[in-house]
Amino acid sequence: MVRAVSGVRPRVDRATLLAWTRDYGVYVGVAVIVLFNIVFTPNFLSLENFRVQAVQVAPVLIVALGMALVIATGGIDLSVGAVMALSASAIALYLGYGPVVAVLVALVAGAAAGAVNGLLVAFAGIQAIIATLALMIGGRGLALVLVPRLQGIRNEDLRALGSGSFLAVPYVVWIAAVLVAVVVFLVRRTVFGRGLVAIGGNRRAAELSGLPVRRTLLLVYVLCGVLAAVAGVLTTARLQASDPNSVGVLIELSAITAVVVGGTPLTGGRVRIAGTIAGAVLMQLLVATLIKHDLPPSWTQMAQAAVIIGAVYLARDRRRT
Amino acid sequence: MTGPVERGPAVLGARGVTRRFPGVLALDRVDFEVLPGEVHALVGENGAGKSTLIKLLTGVYRPDGGGLEYLGAPVRFAGPLRAQRAGIATIYQEVNLLPLLSVARNLFLGREPRRFGLIDFARMHREAREALSGYGVHVDVRRPLRELSMGARQMVALARAVGSDARVVIMDEPTSSLEPREVETLFEVIGTLRERGIGVVYVSHRLDELYRICDRVTVLRDGRVVHTGAMAELERLRLISLMLGRDVADVAGEGVTTFSGEHTEVSSEPVLEAADLAARHRLHGVSLRIRPGEVVGLGGLLGSGRTETAQAIAGALPLDSGRVSVLGVPVRRRSTAAAIAAGIGMLTEDRKHEGIVPGSSVRENIALAALPRLSRFGLVSERRVDRVVRVFMERLRIKAVGPEQKVEELSGGNQQKVLLARWLALEPRVLLLDEPTRGIDVGAKAEVQRLVDELAAEGLGVLLISSDLEELVEGADRVLVLKDGAVVGELSGGEVTERALMAVIAGEPVTAAGERAGDGAPAVRGGEEVR
Amino acid sequence: MWRDLFQRHGALIVLAAVVVAAGAGLDGFLTAGNLDNVAVGASFLAVIALGMTFVIVTGGIDLSVGTVFALAGVLAAWASQYGSAAALLVPLVVCGAIGALNGALIARAGLAPFIVTLASMLGSLGLMLAVSREGTVTHLVPDGLALTPLVHGRLLGLVGHPVLLVVVLFAAGGVVLGRTRWGQYVYAVGGNEQSAALMGVPVGGVKAAVYTLSGLCAGLAGTLNAVWLGSGVTIFGIGTELEAIAAVVIGGTLLTGGYGFVAGTLAGVLLLKVVQNVINAVGGLSSAYQEVVSGLFLVVVVLAQKWLSRPGAAAPTAPHGPSGPARTGAP
Repeated sequence: MVRAVSGVRPRVDRATLLAWTRDYGVYVGVAVIVLFNIVFTPNFLSLENFRVQAVQVAPVLIVALGMALVIATGGIDLSVGAVMALSASAIALYLGYGPVVAVLVALVAGAAAGAVNGLLVAFAGIQAIIATLALMIGGRGLALVLVPRLQGIRNEDLRALGSGSFLAVPYVVWIAAVLVAVVVFLVRRTVFGRGLVAIGGNRRAAELSGLPVRRTLLLVYVLCGVLAAVAGVLTTARLQASDPNSVGVLIELSAITAVVVGGTPLTGGRVRIAGTIAGAVLMQLLVATLIKHDLPPSWTQMAQAAVIIGAVYLARDRRRT
Repeated sequence: MTGPVERGPAVLGARGVTRRFPGVLALDRVDFEVLPGEVHALVGENGAGKSTLIKLLTGVYRPDGGGLEYLGAPVRFAGPLRAQRAGIATIYQEVNLLPLLSVARNLFLGREPRRFGLIDFARMHREAREALSGYGVHVDVRRPLRELSMGARQMVALARAVGSDARVVIMDEPTSSLEPREVETLFEVIGTLRERGIGVVYVSHRLDELYRICDRVTVLRDGRVVHTGAMAELERLRLISLMLGRDVADVAGEGVTTFSGEHTEVSSEPVLEAADLAARHRLHGVSLRIRPGEVVGLGGLLGSGRTETAQAIAGALPLDSGRVSVLGVPVRRRSTAAAIAAGIGMLTEDRKHEGIVPGSSVRENIALAALPRLSRFGLVSERRVDRVVRVFMERLRIKAVGPEQKVEELSGGNQQKVLLARWLALEPRVLLLDEPTRGIDVGAKAEVQRLVDELAAEGLGVLLISSDLEELVEGADRVLVLKDGAVVGELSGGEVTERALMAVIAGEPVTAAGERAGDGAPAVRGGEEVR
Repeated sequence: MWRDLFQRHGALIVLAAVVVAAGAGLDGFLTAGNLDNVAVGASFLAVIALGMTFVIVTGGIDLSVGTVFALAGVLAAWASQYGSAAALLVPLVVCGAIGALNGALIARAGLAPFIVTLASMLGSLGLMLAVSREGTVTHLVPDGLALTPLVHGRLLGLVGHPVLLVVVLFAAGGVVLGRTRWGQYVYAVGGNEQSAALMGVPVGGVKAAVYTLSGLCAGLAGTLNAVWLGSGVTIFGIGTELEAIAAVVIGGTLLTGGYGFVAGTLAGVLLLKVVQNVINAVGGLSSAYQEVVSGLFLVVVVLAQKWLSRPGAAAPTAPHGPSGPARTGAP
């Protein structure tokens, strides 16, 4: 018995190490990159720089929040970029009725897109990748049909939303913070949040426990759509232009990366909001650092690709291999 | 059937093989051999080690101790493919073929007849038709496999596996999804295999089949061989006693379970009434009623429809017909949520796939089903969750570092208690327990059994499914015995004895059991100690 | 019978209907010039979709092909300064390597195809930017490159060489997928990996090969496109992966794998391109309608496939049979 145990130990240690890296590696990564910048990057520790970084990370973070919920159920949403484009085009179309109406329409559009995904996944039983791929293809096209080319947005309220601050913190960051709080609240305190994690962890057990599995899944995709729409609104407000052609391009990848780097496995059953935030921040700082040190964008993209593969490799489910 | 055609040395054998899994000794020095031209039955209840032995013989697992012999020489298969190529064909319960591909392609995948490097479809289709006609399958071989009946698919799998060079064919529950007519065809094919001198390992729980086509039988229990011998010489009752681990003679003895015995039965309205539950191939009109404070046992061999009965009551199995009512009120919608709302809780047999949410905490797992009642307006009341979790962790003595420990890190027994707590937290009126003590340690087992008693005493109706006869006899006030998805007998009060149960399961008149019990054959338990 | 007809020839039937309707309703649709336009325009997408068909039949997906296509164009234009051989070989080697890397990560490390190919999409984008000096340089194909007249040539003055190449490649692809043993393996992997492995199929090798093939196809299409255009345009082709997937699925290949054929893919590509042509011809419609149509097609086809495959699944295959795995369910 003793021999058996000692024979097993190194493997257990390696597994614990891997699990630890998966769960907390992202914080180490953030710490390392911050330290590196403090030492090597001039003006890193300035309030202005923090504001810039925070504003830039906010849209990705907001999308990643929804993505984290979807991934926690064992699904995926590839359509978030297209939903951002839809939301941007809705702003351009409905700004004539005032900013409030325009924003509301944009959010409703996001909810509708999410509902389409959710219905296909939860009720028609189509794989999440495939269901959301259709909207990924068609959604941006629809946005471009509605608003064919970049359209400037001249509206004081939206400009303020994009560039204004409250207590020296940009509105965009406030909104991201509030949404983080809302999602944390949902996950921690509501039946819905507890249920979605259980569905990802063991769908059959969740069904047998009487949870409304389909309804929960539908709601998760709707929520993801709404959050993507919020990101679309904020990006449009900041650009002061509705640009369905380029808004949110490849953001699905950034969002999935933030979630996975943050320790939520693609197989579902767990959700780590703090990790997701750290993941988004890490990817943002990585890009910013490479740019600050005059490495061309091509390098940053290849570096991002490598980080993604590394994170997914670490997070892959060993039990199933 | 007739005796073996010819006998040579064993074509495939296991010599003292041992196989461990974390925490479990799945096979303990098992000897097993198949002779050419014999049909060798391999039987045992769930967890006896049958599937592990099959996986060892077919190269899926490697033994931790002992070894295999094939065609008279020691052999070590690097994987299932190697074993297959060496001539060991396996037909699994779930047919491992490709439903979307055509019948012929399935049959010939990897060994298609080719001309100029390209597949010769004309020849392939012709050969496929010829090959399959030998198995009683006459279909358009160009059609996708999925259009065939389960029986025909099984024949295709058999035809593929046997091919031309198989020396051994292993069949795992081959008839479980076949129509009677298809079973006949299968038996004819097995007859042909036997004539060709192929050794057949036949795994099944259908006793009638075993006695019809098998020459010899090996009984496994708890990872050990408890009997090997000629099939015809082993009486049914004795076979069952060997499988279930109860000596026929040892019935009156003191039980080792912790059940208290009879429950204070209140002769009142049934708390649960299920009538005419029927689902194609699974259940054929099962009816039962449970009164408050009563523990009703559900006996029968594996595959007899016990689990399906519980699932049907809990709204987890689509039914063709049937009614379920709790305290006289019919459960209208057939869903798990409706059953739960009516006060029915079901502890599933398959802890891993249908029970625990592995990555979540003990606390989350306990609260899962009760979340709606532990919350208001969709908001979970942590205070109430804490209270429920604390109460049940204490009451069930769940050993965990704390409520936040991940449930996958707990022992099987503690996981089972967590699941019990999940259902008790709902304050159910009826509890369906499917093999509540399987695969858990002795201490936890005793605690679970004591708990069942307590719950009944508190007025709960309990349905207890168990393969452990002792558990049924001592735990249940009344036992229904199922066979092939129908109730074949009911024992209550003083009639509930292991001997009577085994007799009903074996399909023999109850009275005969007593006489057969005496004839001695080496005591089952002794057999283990000797080894 | 009807099910088979629709699944196999649905795209072709719709294509015929659209062509007839467009021929009747639109002037100048059924002219040689316009049809040639459609055919040549479809040929680059067709080559990409051919590789994608193999990937999807194994049950995988390759989201990197659009970017790889663009990367190949830039590489080909850059390498064309060293001659035709370089212009052809450099992009094929690089794109084949990217495909092989995808394949290795998916087959050996067991990572999900969509995330691996999404990451390599980003990686290829970076590589392309690096080759084009962060997008500031557009490499031109020098005049007099031996490859140029080959690509622009016409057989008997009628059929453009790219179209001819597509016909040849699809014929070859059809033979490989339909009539070789390896083709059967591709279906088997998509049908059920575990069963396929038990039936002796080298699952890992097949997967690695189809992603390599997909990379090569995208590389070839990008190279031809660059030579056709005379330059390596960096933004051309981004997003093509979605069009290619749509074409494959419209052509009757199941996104879940195990079923499909290259002829259907060709019909799917043509259908998309004809619709695009019609949209362009009808005044006032932007090309973005094309994406909407693709997305809608995809949803309709996937739902239809789900619906069509339902009756066949009526046989009782219990996911949790009466005798589930006991305690030996370990590794």
